[in-house]
Amino acid sequence: MLGGMTAVTLNQFVPMPLAILLAVIVTMIVGAVIEIVFIRWLYKPSVLRMVIITIGISILIREIALHIWGESVKALPYFTGSSISSINLGGVYVSSQVLWVVGIGALAVAALTVFFNLTMLGRQMRACAANRDAARLCGIDTGNMVTLSFMLSAAIGAIGGCVVCPITYVQFDSGTPLAIKGFTVAILGGLGNSTAAVGAGMILGILESFSIWVLPTAYKEAISIAILLAILFVKPSGIFGSAEAARLKEF
Amino acid sequence: MARRYLPVAAFAGLIVAIQLGTLSIGAEYHLTQLTMTAYYSLVVVGLCMLIGYAGQISLGHAGFFAIGGYVTAFLTTWDLKTNHGAVVSLLERSGALVSRHDVYGGNLLTVHPWLACAAAILLTVAVAFLVGGPVLKLKGHYLAMATLGIGIIVYRIVLGTDFLGASDGISEVPGFPLPGGLLISGDASSRISNYYLAWGLVILGMALLLNLIQSRVGRALSAVHGAEDAAGAMGIPTSRYKLNVFVLSAVFAGLAGVFLTHYNGGIGPSEAGVMKSVRYVAIVAIGGMANLWGSLSMSLVLNYLSLRGYFGTYDDTVFGAILILIMLFAPDGLLRRHLVSDLKRMVSRNPVEEDAP
Repeated sequence: MLGGMTAVTLNQFVPMPLAILLAVIVTMIVGAVIEIVFIRWLYKPSVLRMVIITIGISILIREIALHIWGESVKALPYFTGSSISSINLGGVYVSSQVLWVVGIGALAVAALTVFFNLTMLGRQMRACAANRDAARLCGIDTGNMVTLSFMLSAAIGAIGGCVVCPITYVQFDSGTPLAIKGFTVAILGGLGNSTAAVGAGMILGILESFSIWVLPTAYKEAISIAILLAILFVKPSGIFGSAEAARLKEF
Repeated sequence: MARRYLPVAAFAGLIVAIQLGTLSIGAEYHLTQLTMTAYYSLVVVGLCMLIGYAGQISLGHAGFFAIGGYVTAFLTTWDLKTNHGAVVSLLERSGALVSRHDVYGGNLLTVHPWLACAAAILLTVAVAFLVGGPVLKLKGHYLAMATLGIGIIVYRIVLGTDFLGASDGISEVPGFPLPGGLLISGDASSRISNYYLAWGLVILGMALLLNLIQSRVGRALSAVHGAEDAAGAMGIPTSRYKLNVFVLSAVFAGLAGVFLTHYNGGIGPSEAGVMKSVRYVAIVAIGGMANLWGSLSMSLVLNYLSLRGYFGTYDDTVFGAILILIMLFAPDGLLRRHLVSDLKRMVSRNPVEEDAP
């Protein structure tokens, strides 16, 4: 939400690619500031405490956004073409923006996979997630890793917001449902597994879209949460995650 | 025994003092907000029982509040005159239905408020039981997200359902008749009686919870809170106790929803919103988690200020900020039970951080 809103605002002054880049950077900085101000200095915070703090922060951001941008619905223009143009893919007409979303989503997953598996920084981050004390013993600055992961996820969220907002539009309160959906997808795919999360996200999206065949559209939001609850009750490790791997995680 | 009820009596005295105070300065209109505060406080003390004494968080209590409110609002405004089934006529003959006039003078045949209230509480209990069973098996952030999810589902359902008024909610809910000619309604002439009825209900609830805490069940609960595995090893049926407290606090929320709906004469979907749930949790947090009196007094002050509009457009921001600050600086809550001894310990060990909690 923050990324999309910032990009829309900046787009009035600078060309769109630059506006998106700046919006991502701004959101990254906000993510880092939040981590440094609210999370970093806590001594061994429980996960629940952090969840409540981040819920509080999301409320604050939402209210600040309401006071800055008002209640109006905003959107970036389509990256290529317009809202009525479409591209013919073997007989199926698809809006060009949808292709942008899919393409950038795939790119982000590929980049993340490379980052976590092949670069030193990514490996350090995974070590920190698996066992913070052991990672510190190996000489990894765990505090910085947490800040970095906040920035990384804020940046990805901002990219997502920028890419999607020409289709879905963006306004001050569009963040909270997305956060819950994001959590659902992360649980569904098994935490810490970005490739499985994409699959889970697709399953969730398709289920949600098809649910309007049988249920009123207004219930669409409730569907994804009902799926979240069902997964939590039945298989908390996620449909693609293994139960053993989930048990090894500390929370 | 007498010592246990001393705070209750003191609180009742405070309630009388507030009423006399508003009377003496000629500001009886404050009693309207104070009555609404009382019903919200009922939710808060119920939630305090769950968070503080059973150690389980719920970010979905506004959902239970809304279930109570919506069921009673729907049943007491749903005109049964148009469908003459066997059930309707049976109910009518048994006195379960009441006939009254709507604002346009038309005749309405609706379910009696008492019956509607019973149905609302039954549904709240049923939902809490169904949901609580699997939800309370979860821990930490899973529990928080699951209860948050339940709250959002309730919100979405009331927002998207036509016969529940969608985004308009339900209005023109009649008053709730009580024996002795009393009526729970927002009518200005019965303001004082309603004020005492509402706070009387809160005091009754408080007495019930205080007794529960002092009992065998309460001690078992604090054992569950302290160390769940150890409590289980001592033979305490931990999951059953947690579920029962969850249902109890849901009933508190549902009951508050029922009476506030009759008092306000209507209910809207915002009562089920996430912000309401967050607000209840924030009040319990600032009240000191396991401190019923702290939560009650904070609820009295904060809900009143919020309902009078002192926070202006920053209403949600205030409660969000409270939640962050409490969780950052005092995760056990602000007015916690051992506050004085904690403060002493902190001062003696580390004199610089006198105002840290």
